[in-house]
Amino acid sequence: MVIVYIDQADHQIKKSSLEAMSYGAALAKQLGCEVAALVLGTVQDNLADLGKNGAQKVYHLKNESLNTLDVKVHSSLIATAAKNVNANVVVFAHNINGKAIAPAVSVKLEAGIVTGASSLPNTENGFVVTKTVFSGKAFASIQIETPNKVIAINQNSFGIVNYDHNAIVEELNIPIPASSIKITKVEKVEGEIPLTEASLVVSGGRGLKGPEHWGILLDLAKSLGAATACSRPVSDSDWRPHHEHVGQTGIQIAPNLYIAIGISGAIQHLAGVNRSKTIVVINKDPEAPFFKAADYGVVGDAFEVVPTLTKAILKMKSTA
Amino acid sequence: MKILVCISKTPDTTAKIAFTEGNTKFDENGVQWIINPYDEWYALVRAIELKEKDPSTIIHLVTVGTADAEPIIRKALALGGDEAIRINSNSNDSFFVAKQLATVAKEGNYDLIFTGKETIDYNSASIGSMLSALLDMPFVSLANKFDCDGNTATVRREIEGGEETCEVNLPVVISCQKGMAEQRIPNMRGIMAARTKPLKVLEPFEASATTSIKKFDTPPAKSGVKLIDPANMDELVRLLKEEAKVI
Repeated sequence: MVIVYIDQADHQIKKSSLEAMSYGAALAKQLGCEVAALVLGTVQDNLADLGKNGAQKVYHLKNESLNTLDVKVHSSLIATAAKNVNANVVVFAHNINGKAIAPAVSVKLEAGIVTGASSLPNTENGFVVTKTVFSGKAFASIQIETPNKVIAINQNSFGIVNYDHNAIVEELNIPIPASSIKITKVEKVEGEIPLTEASLVVSGGRGLKGPEHWGILLDLAKSLGAATACSRPVSDSDWRPHHEHVGQTGIQIAPNLYIAIGISGAIQHLAGVNRSKTIVVINKDPEAPFFKAADYGVVGDAFEVVPTLTKAILKMKSTA
Repeated sequence: MKILVCISKTPDTTAKIAFTEGNTKFDENGVQWIINPYDEWYALVRAIELKEKDPSTIIHLVTVGTADAEPIIRKALALGGDEAIRINSNSNDSFFVAKQLATVAKEGNYDLIFTGKETIDYNSASIGSMLSALLDMPFVSLANKFDCDGNTATVRREIEGGEETCEVNLPVVISCQKGMAEQRIPNMRGIMAARTKPLKVLEPFEASATTSIKKFDTPPAKSGVKLIDPANMDELVRLLKEEAKVI
C-alpha cells in the first residue's frame, strides 16, 4: 500500500499535500496497490473529500497536540501507522514540514528515501526516482534499494488530479508520545500568500531603486493574486523582509509563473527560481543574464512597464 | 557545552554543473570546492558565536569525505572549530552518511548537533532529520535563531507563512539557515592555528547504502526568450494566458 502524509497549517490541508495525494494515487495505480491518506491533528476540511484527490482511505489520528510539528513525535506516529496498515511506500510533500519529517520516518522504516522528487518513479526495472539536484541545475535518477520506500515530491511539480469518489475515513488509535518541544511564540505574516505554496510570484531587485518604489510591484502582485519575493541585495538592505528572499541562500521556489522585475539574474538568484515553469523578466538592461533563463522578456523601464502590465491584467480579468 | 557541527564539501555556487562517465558522475574538472554555505555561514558560525559567549564550549567538526575534503576542513578549523573528524568515504547515500555521523555523535556525547538546512549539491535536506532519528533526539529544522540557557535551547524556526519560537531541552539536533549568524571570513591567526588543530581520520563504520545514483541529466535548455514590446503588455498577458497557460 502507498500512504500519503497530509500536512496542514492552521487546520487547513496544504495545497502541496493535495499534490502529494494525487502523486501517491498515480503511484499506487502504477504499482497496482491501494492508496491511503494519513492525517495527524485536527483539520476543518472534510476528510472524505481527500477521495477527490485520489485517496481510497483516510487514516486519521485526531488529536489537537499534533497540530504543531514535533519531528520526533510525528515521525514515530507516521512510521507506526505505516507499519500498522502495511504500507511500504510513504509519500510526503517536499515542503517545510515534509523536509523535516520524511528522513526521520525513512530511518524508522529502514527505507531508502528520495527527497525533492520531480516525477513518478520508473518501476520497469527496479524503483528509480528522478529528483532535482545542484539547486535545480540538474536531475539525478536514484534507485531505491530497500523494500520500504519514502518519497518527498517537489511542490508544484505534480498537478492535482480530480477523482469522482469519496474516501472512507478511519480513526486511528495510536498512543501519542509526549512532546519535548514547547512552542512559545508564533509570528504569522498576515494576509500574505506563503511564498513556498504560491503558484504565482512577483519579485523585485535592486532595479527598483528603493523600498518606496515597491507599490507598483505590490499592485501587480495583487492584480494576479501572486505572492511577493525579492533578490538578496534587496533583503540585505532591508528594503523587504528576509522571508521574501529567494535564491541559493534564501528560499527555493518553483511556481508556475515567476515575474522578475529589475533583477539581473546572478547564478545564485537563478538557483532559487530556475524550477519555475514560466519566467518573465522585466529589465531595462538588454544584457541582463536573466534574459537567458527567461521565457518572456520585456526590455524597458520597470516604472513604466509594470503599471502597464498591471492594467493589462486587470483588463483581461474584467473581460474574462 | 559540547557542539558537533556537521560539514560537507560542495562545489562553489558558481561552478559549472556537468557530468562525465556516461552522465553517471559529477565532472569535478576545474571545480572549486567550498564548505556547504549553510554548514559554514549558519551552523559553524553560530557555534563559534556560542563559544565566544562561553569559552568553555568545545566545537568538533565532522565530515564524511575523502582526503580531498581536507582543505575545507582546515578552513572550518580556521574559522573556529577545535578539532575535526573525517570519515573516509565518498558515499552520497544520505542514510549511510547519517549513520556515520550518528556513530561519531554517540561516542562524543554532544549537547548540540548543528547541520546546515541542506547541501547545495544533492539538496536532500535529510541529514539532520535522520540524525535525530538515529540518536533518538528532538529535531528542530530550518532554525534562523538559536540561543541556549543552561539545558534549555530557544530556537526560532521557519513555518509556512511565518516563524515559530520554541523551547527544547538539550541534547537536540538543529538544522540551520539564514538568520542564525553573520557570515565571516577566517583571519590569519585562525589560519595559522588551524594547521596544528587535530584532524582525526576514521574508516567508515558499517552501514548499508539504501539508494544509488543511476544517472544525471541536465534540464533541456530554454528555447530562447521571447521579447515583448514594452508598449504592448496586452500581448504579454495573452501569451501568459494562452501559450504558457499560467494565469
